[in-house]
Amino acid sequence: MYSRRDFLQFAAVSAALTGFSGGLTKVAAQQKLTQDDLLSFNSKGQLTLLHLTDMHAQLKPLYFRPPSENYGVGAFEGIPPHLVGESFLKHFNLDRGSALAYAHTMVDYVDLARTYGRLGGLDRTATLINAIRADRGDNNVILLDGGDTWQGSYTALKTNAQDMVDCMALLKPDAMVGHWEFTLGTDRVLEIVESMDYPFLASNIVDTDWEEPVFDSTAFYERGNTKVAVIGQAMPYTPIANPRWMFPGWSFGLRTELLQENVNKAREAGAEVVVLLSHNGFDVDQKLATVVDGIDVIFTGHTHDAVPEALNINNTLVLSSGSHGKYLGRIDLEVSNGKVTDYASTLIPVFSDVITPDPVMKAAIDKVRAPYEPELGRVLGKTDSLLYRRGNFNGTWDDLICEGMMAERDAQLAFSPGFRWGTTLLPGDDITVEDLYAQTAMSYPSVYRLEFNGNQIKEILEDVCDNLFNTDPFFQQGGDMVRVGGMAYSCSPKQSMGSRISDMKLISTGEAIEANKNYVVAGWASVNEGVEGPAIYDLMESYISKQASISMPKNDAVKIVGM
Amino acid sequence: MNSDRRKILGAAVATAVAGLFGNMGVAQASVEDTEAAIKAFAGDAEIGSGSLTLKAPEIAENGNSVPISVLVDSPMTDDAYVESVVILAEGNPNPAVATFHFSPASGEALASTRMRLAKTQNVIAVAKMSDGSIYSDKRNVKVTIGGCGG
Repeated sequence: MYSRRDFLQFAAVSAALTGFSGGLTKVAAQQKLTQDDLLSFNSKGQLTLLHLTDMHAQLKPLYFRPPSENYGVGAFEGIPPHLVGESFLKHFNLDRGSALAYAHTMVDYVDLARTYGRLGGLDRTATLINAIRADRGDNNVILLDGGDTWQGSYTALKTNAQDMVDCMALLKPDAMVGHWEFTLGTDRVLEIVESMDYPFLASNIVDTDWEEPVFDSTAFYERGNTKVAVIGQAMPYTPIANPRWMFPGWSFGLRTELLQENVNKAREAGAEVVVLLSHNGFDVDQKLATVVDGIDVIFTGHTHDAVPEALNINNTLVLSSGSHGKYLGRIDLEVSNGKVTDYASTLIPVFSDVITPDPVMKAAIDKVRAPYEPELGRVLGKTDSLLYRRGNFNGTWDDLICEGMMAERDAQLAFSPGFRWGTTLLPGDDITVEDLYAQTAMSYPSVYRLEFNGNQIKEILEDVCDNLFNTDPFFQQGGDMVRVGGMAYSCSPKQSMGSRISDMKLISTGEAIEANKNYVVAGWASVNEGVEGPAIYDLMESYISKQASISMPKNDAVKIVGM
Repeated sequence: MNSDRRKILGAAVATAVAGLFGNMGVAQASVEDTEAAIKAFAGDAEIGSGSLTLKAPEIAENGNSVPISVLVDSPMTDDAYVESVVILAEGNPNPAVATFHFSPASGEALASTRMRLAKTQNVIAVAKMSDGSIYSDKRNVKVTIGGCGG
């Protein structure tokens, strides 16, 4: 298959330059991997679509460790994106220690991070986009922003996302969609949308009074001598996963019938190519491709899955372009007689050390960060352990956050939400204000302290678990399992709601958590209005500052059964 | 644990997540109650599918106000029209939610409303046509605590 061939070529380039992990110095790796290698692609047809998604306001290059667990259930078990580590390498025929092995898996992660360096950085991405536009012709390229762009960093929090809005404007995207954007609140979202030179699309947002559309559903483009329609889909469960009170007049949902109507309207208006720019999540969009007719390409985001090539599902291409600026997704289409006749796809990993930063974007990033630089670089502590977030049940950053909440709020247990955003620190790294805010910067940061009984604790765990492991992806909200501190439990993902969680125990004493006994729980990011307590970033600054260094033990508090 | 310290810290968040667990421990109608209500509405007629479409969200954004709509495919003439549609919620304390009555003058058998759903459950719509035939459609609506999406 041609798309696979392109991908394998790059894999071979990157494999050829490495032997085994750690056997290559950083200098040697960088001398052999070049910007041209990253851009090398057997282009197809007349139209190029580029996709950047889930940046979470990360303007600078970063480390981001891929997960060690990403279980799929039902029809999605054991297939991308639910392959990790060695299974991923095997499935995609990647050599251990290669550049792509580092980009896509956590195998030999720390060694390879030191070898290949950071990924991402919007000035590097800008260089890649400029090069592709120059190669293909400006008028043959569409650039799409899949959302979760305006939240996730210190500067985005302090500027109400103006930093991201200003920098993204320079990339001249053709459209965007949203999810965490809505946690800026209705007024700020509308203010930004009105200021943008490109549309903010949402086929699936209607007002709660009359169920009328709030945003444009569709934008049309003449590119590559082709009439292209791009339809937007916001994260369907935003009012459930995030505080509804911040955008009370808007209702979301999957709204597949409405989407089908909008696809049909686009075709009737003459669209030869219909693209869905989606923040549904990868599994949701794989199912969506089987229930909505007439979509040629779905660019999917939200679940932060990075799969090196597009899947072809019922003649709909589905590409999931990762997160945090680590990748640029690309699909080329050949269109003749109003139909897609050939395609090629890839994810370009943005190896920051081998890409020349675009000077215009670099200057813009420097400018938005300048007022905050002293604070961004302020050192709070140091870590001896690898600190990361991604994983179905825990990550060391969340283990640390749970530890901090229990200590600072004098609680027996802690709950930390299963967010998938947040960067990675290597052993020996300083922990700066910027690093802490990459895990915690958001608009509802209060750390509550409440008593829950054992029944309630089980109900919470069961509820969140069903969001993750419901076999029907239309009931999956994205995100990972709520992280717990102070307790252990067993989880059977393949069971049904109410039967997945068992053996809940207090770690401190080994005692069973009793249904009718109360426990003091600290947690953050409640979706309820009026939650009081210190902000998570202030609480964690206090906690980290008190530690000589951070060392996170292996966490085996959650026992996974039947996977 | 030192109870004074606990009180001080607890006071700050006493009202914090009051709504979070409102879904728990609510009495529910049994599936039998719902079946009995359908039987009372439909009599002995056989219940068909098709013709009636019930729309509801996959997951409720707000369990206190879940928008639903029903549309029955019918010419709505004096000879053939929809008489009524009943909406039932299997898991609510009382399954009967609403009954919509139509006549040929309605033009279209379309109705929408909002309902409270205490927990995840089936919502069922049953339509009675002027010739006595009965159609039904069902949607499972999930009611969730929410709050942990990434």
